[in-house]
This record gives sequence, C-alpha cells and structure tokens, in this order.
Amino acid sequence: MKLAYWMYAGPAHIGTLRIASSFKKVHAIMHAPLGDDYFNVMRSMLERERDFTPVTASVVDRHVLARGSQEKVVNNITRKDLEEKPDLIVLTPTCTSSILQEDLQNFVDRASLESQADVLLADVNHYRVNELQAADRTLEQIVSFYIEKALKKGDLVLQKTRIPSVNLIGIFTLGFHNQHDCRELKKLFLDLGITVNEIVPENASVTNLKNLPQAWINIVPYREVGLMTAEYLKNEFNMPYIDITPIGLIETTRFIRKIQEMVNQLGGNVNFESYIQQQTKAILETSQFIQPNKTNNRKNFTKKAIVFGGSTHASAITKVLVKEMGINVIWAGTYCKYDSAWFHEQVKSFCSSILITEDHAEVGNLIAKTEPDVIFGTQMERHVGKRLNIACGVISAPVHIQNFPLGYRPFVGYEGTKQINDLVYNALNLGHEVSLFEVFNDSSNNLTLKENISISWNSEALEELKKIPGFIRNKVKRTTETFAKERKIESITLDVLYASKESLIN
Amino acid sequence: MTISESKDLTFECETGNYHTFCPISCVAWLYQKIEDSFFLVIGTKTCGYFLQNSMGVMIFAEPRYAMAELEEGDISAQLNDYEELKRLCLQIKRDRNPSVIVWIGTCTTEIIKMDLEGMAPKLESEIGIPLVVARANGLDYAFTQGEDTVLAAMAQRCPSTFTTGINPKESNTFSSFFNFGRKQIESKDGKLNPIEHQPLILFGSLPDPVVTQLNLELKKQGITVSGWLPAKRYMELPTIQEGNYVCGVHPFLSRTATTLMRRRKCKLISAPFPIGPDGTRAWIEKICSTLGIQPNGLDEREQQIWDSLTDYLNLVKGKSVFFMGDNLLEVSLARFLIRCGMIVQEIGIPYMDKRYQAAELNLLEETCRKMGTAIPRIVEKPDNYNQIQRIQELKPDLVITGMAQANPLEARGINTKWSVEFTFAQIHGFSNARDILELVTRPLRRKGNFRELGWNTLIE
Repeated sequence: MKLAYWMYAGPAHIGTLRIASSFKKVHAIMHAPLGDDYFNVMRSMLERERDFTPVTASVVDRHVLARGSQEKVVNNITRKDLEEKPDLIVLTPTCTSSILQEDLQNFVDRASLESQADVLLADVNHYRVNELQAADRTLEQIVSFYIEKALKKGDLVLQKTRIPSVNLIGIFTLGFHNQHDCRELKKLFLDLGITVNEIVPENASVTNLKNLPQAWINIVPYREVGLMTAEYLKNEFNMPYIDITPIGLIETTRFIRKIQEMVNQLGGNVNFESYIQQQTKAILETSQFIQPNKTNNRKNFTKKAIVFGGSTHASAITKVLVKEMGINVIWAGTYCKYDSAWFHEQVKSFCSSILITEDHAEVGNLIAKTEPDVIFGTQMERHVGKRLNIACGVISAPVHIQNFPLGYRPFVGYEGTKQINDLVYNALNLGHEVSLFEVFNDSSNNLTLKENISISWNSEALEELKKIPGFIRNKVKRTTETFAKERKIESITLDVLYASKESLIN
Repeated sequence: MTISESKDLTFECETGNYHTFCPISCVAWLYQKIEDSFFLVIGTKTCGYFLQNSMGVMIFAEPRYAMAELEEGDISAQLNDYEELKRLCLQIKRDRNPSVIVWIGTCTTEIIKMDLEGMAPKLESEIGIPLVVARANGLDYAFTQGEDTVLAAMAQRCPSTFTTGINPKESNTFSSFFNFGRKQIESKDGKLNPIEHQPLILFGSLPDPVVTQLNLELKKQGITVSGWLPAKRYMELPTIQEGNYVCGVHPFLSRTATTLMRRRKCKLISAPFPIGPDGTRAWIEKICSTLGIQPNGLDEREQQIWDSLTDYLNLVKGKSVFFMGDNLLEVSLARFLIRCGMIVQEIGIPYMDKRYQAAELNLLEETCRKMGTAIPRIVEKPDNYNQIQRIQELKPDLVITGMAQANPLEARGINTKWSVEFTFAQIHGFSNARDILELVTRPLRRKGNFRELGWNTLIE
C-alpha cells in the first residue's frame, strides 16, 4: 500500500480506452463496476467531443461477484454489435475486474462467433503497467491483429507507394496538443512533397490497417505511444522508423534531415535543405528571443528553469531551453519511470541533475528547494508554481481543459517552435512583471476600495458572513449593509442577512 | 410507515447500464464539510484517477483526503493489510492530526474481502484516533449514495449522552438548552419563542449557509434543531437518544435513516425534501405536524418565493424535461419543476427507496394532479442507450444528464444541463429555489440567443 494524492499517469485501462476510442467504428466494453466509465466524461469534456464516446461498461455488481459474469459480458458484446455495428469491439478489464480472474478470453471467443465485429481482449496487466504503456501495447495489439488477419486472407499489399510516404503512429485522443501536432505534421509533409499514408489510431479505420506496409517510413512523434507498433512493423516488414520528436528548431531540422536520408536510401531523390534554410530563417528573423546575443536585456537569459513532464516533452523542452534559448535548466525530470534510461541519455548533457519520480511531492519539494525562476511542467507543477509564486508554462500531460485549446497550438514543427517561444517568453515575462508591480506598487493608494458604512453585525450574522467565500464576501457585506440602511435597521442579524439575499432576488 | 404504492405512479427497472459517478466522490464534499476529518480511500489507481480528475482544482488545495493505493503485493496478500493500514494511518496522524479518519472501502477491498470493519476497532485503540468505515463502492452504490454510507457509519458514532466541554465555543445554544433542564431561553430579538418539543436531529450534509437557513426557517416556527448529522466537526456530532425525532434533507439517505431508526431507536419524520419552495414548505409542515406545532406564515412565505420566480417561470412553463438519472435528487427536482409548469417525460433514477421517499412520491403525485399533467414514469437503474433512443423520439426541451452525454446531445440539437451541478449547488430551502431555476434555465436562455443563427445540430 502506498499513500497517494496525485498520479501523473492513469491506470492501464485508460490507455487502452484512449487507443480504442481514437479509431473510428471501434467500440470498447469495460468489464468494470458502476462509475468506472469516467473516461467518457473526460473525453467528452476535454476533447469537447460531438459524438458519444464509444465506450460502455459491462457492469460488475454483486451478482457478478456471486456468480461470475456468465452470459453478461457475451450479451453486452453482441448487443453492442447489433446496436452500433462496429468493426471491432475491444473488451477492457479494469484494476477491479482483473482481480476476479474470470476467463475473459473465453467470453471474447464465444462472442466473436456470434458477432459481425471482430472482438479482442485488451492484453495489459493492470498492476504492472500504466496508462501510457498500456496504450502503446494496445495499439500494437490491434495493428498486429489486423495485419495478421490480412496476411491470412492474402489481401495485404506490400507494394510501396510510388511517391515517398509515411505513416504517423501514436496520434490519439486526450494526448497533449495531439490534434494540433497532427495538423502541423501533415502540413510539414505536404510542404516536403511526402504523402501521409495512414495516421493511427486517431480517426483511422481498422480496415485500413492492412495498408500500413505500403508506406516508406513510419514516424513516431511521441516516445510514449507507438514505438511498439513501429518495432513490430520493422520486424515484420523491415519498415524503418523515425522516433525523433520534431520539437524546437534544432530537432525539427534533425527530423527533416533524417527523413531526407531515409527516403534517399530507399531509392527516392529528395533534398530538403533549402526548405529547412527558408523556414529556419523566417523564424529566426521574427524571434529575437532565440538569439540572446542580439538582445539588450541579456540578463533575462541567465534565468534558471526546471522541467518536468512526460519523457517526450520534458526532454524536448529541456533541449529547446538550453540549446535554443540559453536558459539554464537546473534540473529536468520525468514521471515515465519505466523509460528512465532513455530520458537520462537524452538530457544528461543539458542539465546538472535529473529527477525520475512518480511522486508529485518530491517534485514539489525539489522545486521549493532549488527556487527556479520559471517552471515548465504539468498542471501539478503549475499549482506548485502558484503556491511558491513562480511562473510556469505547461508543457506536458496530465492537463486540464485549458490545455485542450480551441485555437491552433501545436508543439511540433515550425509553428510549434513559435508557440513554444511565446510560451517561454510569456512565462518569464509574467514573473518579471509581477515582481516589478510589487516593487512599484504603493499600497496606501488603494483607499478607493475602502468602505465607511458603520452598521453593527451581531455575532451570529458575522459568523455566517465569514462562511461566505472570500471572493464575494465583501459584496455581500456591502449589499446587506445598504439593505439594512435603507430600512433603518441598526444591527444586522441572521434574519436581516437572508432577508437581504431574498430582496435581491425580488 | 406504510409503503406507498399508488396505482398512478409507475416504476420500471432497466438494465443498470448508465453513467454515474463512483460513490467515493462523496469524499470531495464531505472532507470539506467535516473540517477535522481525513478520508482515506482504500483502492486502486482507478479510484485515484477518478477522484483526481473529478475533483478538478480541489485536488491542488492539499485536500484532507488520500488514496491508500493497493499494489500487487496487497492484492495477493503478500503484505499484511493491518500493518500496511497502520503504517499509513500513523503517517496521516503525524502529518495532519485529524479528529477522525474515515476509511472508504472500494470495489477492490470488497472483492479481496479485506475486513475493514474488523480491523478498524483494533487499530483505533492502537493509534488513538476514531476510525469510521464506510463501504462506498461501485459494486453496490451510485454517486450520492456514498454520503449515505458514510453518514450511516457516523450515526453509530453519535454520542447518546450529553457530554460537556467537547467544544464550549461552538456548542450551540440548542444543545445547552437541553442540558440545563429544558428552561426556555429568550431568543435575541424576542420574537421567536422556541416551543418545547421532542429533540429533533436533521441528517444530510449541506453547506453551512444552507444549514443556517434551514435552522432559521424552523426557528421561525418555534422549532429548535438539536443537531445535524454531520456537524461541522467530527467532535461535534449530535447527541442522539432513543425516541428522538430525525428528519432527512436529501432523498438519497435511506441507509442513514434506517440506521437511525433501527440502531439508534429514533423516530423518522417522513417528509418531502426541502428542495423548491413547495418542498420546503411541505418539509416544514410535516415536521411541525409531527412535533404538534401549528405552522404559521408558511402560505405567505411560499407565495412570496413563487412571486419572486415569475421571470424564470415564464421561461420554463410548458417546456418538457427528461431526467436521465444519476444522483437520486431526480424525484424531488422533477416534482419542483412540474410545480413550475414543466412537463417531465421521464424520471431516471439509480435507486428508488419507496419507503424513505414515500412522502416525496406522494407530493409528486399530488403536484401532477394539481398541475393537471400526466404522472411521469420513474425508471430505476436506467439504460443510457435506450434512454437516448427515447430522447431522440421525444425531443425534450431539456435533458438533465451526466457530463458524458451532454456534449453529444447538444451536438444533436438537444438542450442539456449537467446533473452533477445540482449536487454541488445550494438548492435547499426557500431562498435557494431561484438557484435551481437559474441552473435549469441557463441552457434555455443561452440557446435562445443562438437559435436565430440557424445552428441547431452540429452532426451530419
């Protein structure tokens, strides 16, 4: 047992559901108790989805505990098959249901005999892997299932496309700015004259998965999800993949050059150097920020920053801060414990110490101890920053609704570089502004806000007033006093307080 | 108490495939209500993830709640549950020093049959902090029923004799009133003379301002409330004695009511719930009549509130509403909305205790007759998929639903209101009736402004 208040990565089934619900016409059925379908709320609220989340629960209740699921799971699968006519149904166990040790594979086998849809059992261990690892595994499971199915049927097309093409692997629902990144990557490939063959799993159809081998190269933009699938395709079809995250100018350049190199190796003939030059120049011109030597307030750039987040974003942002902005990253860290060796490798030359932990308190304490000027982290670090009065930019999941912006905010590619520049600059400047404000603010000037009504409150009413939330307390106090004055009431009692509230209503 | 099953009310039961919050969510409002408590949810990552996301920004305010996250070793009994819980509780004692630790049992503790009730008394004496066990799990309960399990457990902890000096500052005039030989005390403004009656204890967690308002309404009738379950602090749990009257303020507290009746030998006043001016009035009237008090001024009081609602009533009149059902407030809200002139097409509800809600169901029937509307069907354990088919057929003006369905329904041109807001908003008593209608009419008002743009549905 461990005492926990906050977790950076969710339970395994969330990862599976994120993959399943990203595909079109894939329905997930959770074997779970009532209330475990909170995923639907998150998807609907955060992604502001217009469609019903294709996830239902086969509810585990007392009867199931007593007698086992028996026909229930099978019935729920065949029912969904008739109602929604999906291509694939993924049965997803949860932490709770996996302890029951029911033979879910047996239910899946039986249900797939009756249903039109394919049926799969998500193959993840709920006590050993987290959300991200489960997502990675589920994506591989679905892809390999359909590749093998096509192999058996003999309709797998291994012929490569005529024009150089790529698959984008690992764009999915509730990912940090994934939708925007996806659009930016598509635009980048359009500029480079490379076709995007398939994007999985976001908006993909499982019937198209057999087309995956037609692409020349697989692109895995995020470290956390998609690598297993890319490895699988490499082993099966000898497809090369690129796992560079194109965040920041330098990495984007490296990313494009790597594509160039691979395409040319595979018999293409492309040269992207002039494109890189042109894009880079355009950004460097508009962004004095990236060239600290040209600016006169050079002081800003000896700022100390800390970075914490998922392995992809934390390492990428660390590199951008150090290499492109000259900011001193005193430490960088990630909650992706299972991938710590890779993270070490990525950032060890850019910061003096590295923190690998899933414990938010440890992160918070280290922030308090090291007193950075600016924090780049998740929502949790943003709140630590608020408490300690340190500016913060959010660069990684877990996030809240404000990190699912409606406006275009990619993190990858050239547009992403601009967006990160704004983010970093604003975070730094905000902290600077606040301190200037405090230096110049003369609090004795705030007399305008003071009130001079002298009406007494009896102790009961005063007690009640104190219970009213701070941000409206003064308003309530003023209106009640005005109310009392108008009625020539000298002392405010509980009755007066509530009569005043009701009078507002009338 | 008699079972009220009128022919006119129809009850159906579907598959129970509906969306609701897990009952462990009750820690979110209970830890705020009971200020010296600490809630320890003994469960898995799934439970933690749910709480972390559903509590929103509250989670960043260092809440007095934590997960005892079960690991593989706990599930396979490689670790000793008692020792593990002792270690965590000592840590909580050291860091927060609460007056009570509430253990919330979850689905997992049920499945692995962790004997929380058995361990608690032993550990309690060992660490010197009261341990209250509530099994608020998704196997048995829905959303607000979590509070019911906690309060039922706390009802057993209420003292049965008056003790002095627990909290001299906060101990209210009412309990001292009973301490010192039931001498009538003069109220401060001299108008409201408390009448001597059997002690009355109210149960149900409400924000403090609402508690004060309801106390005040009863005080106007000369009724003194001896205490509330729960009180602001665990140390102030009310004294409950055999023969005391108890009355609920929420429709979802049937276990608590049962516990108070059976274990504490209290007399339950079965009344409609004080939601809406009609409900509040009926609630006060029922309490008065049980205590043998002639209510006065209620007519004018209720009318005055209705008059103040005219602008909202014009908006909702004749509009239809569909409750998908997820928090057990549905019957009371439906009854109020029918009285407001709305047409209720369906009352979905997770669980229907016809005994505990008897008076509320009677008032619903009565209201329907009075307003000349058909009595809506009550669907217990609804099936969300079937409900959505019905919604698409009926095209209600408003669907009160969980957040999982709200956006998709909106995209299909159907107005929605998130049901969970009714659990967190202040909706009890006379003066909060307006807040209910504010919630109900918000989507109607907002949509009115968009309609002229010609966008009703957003899907192909």
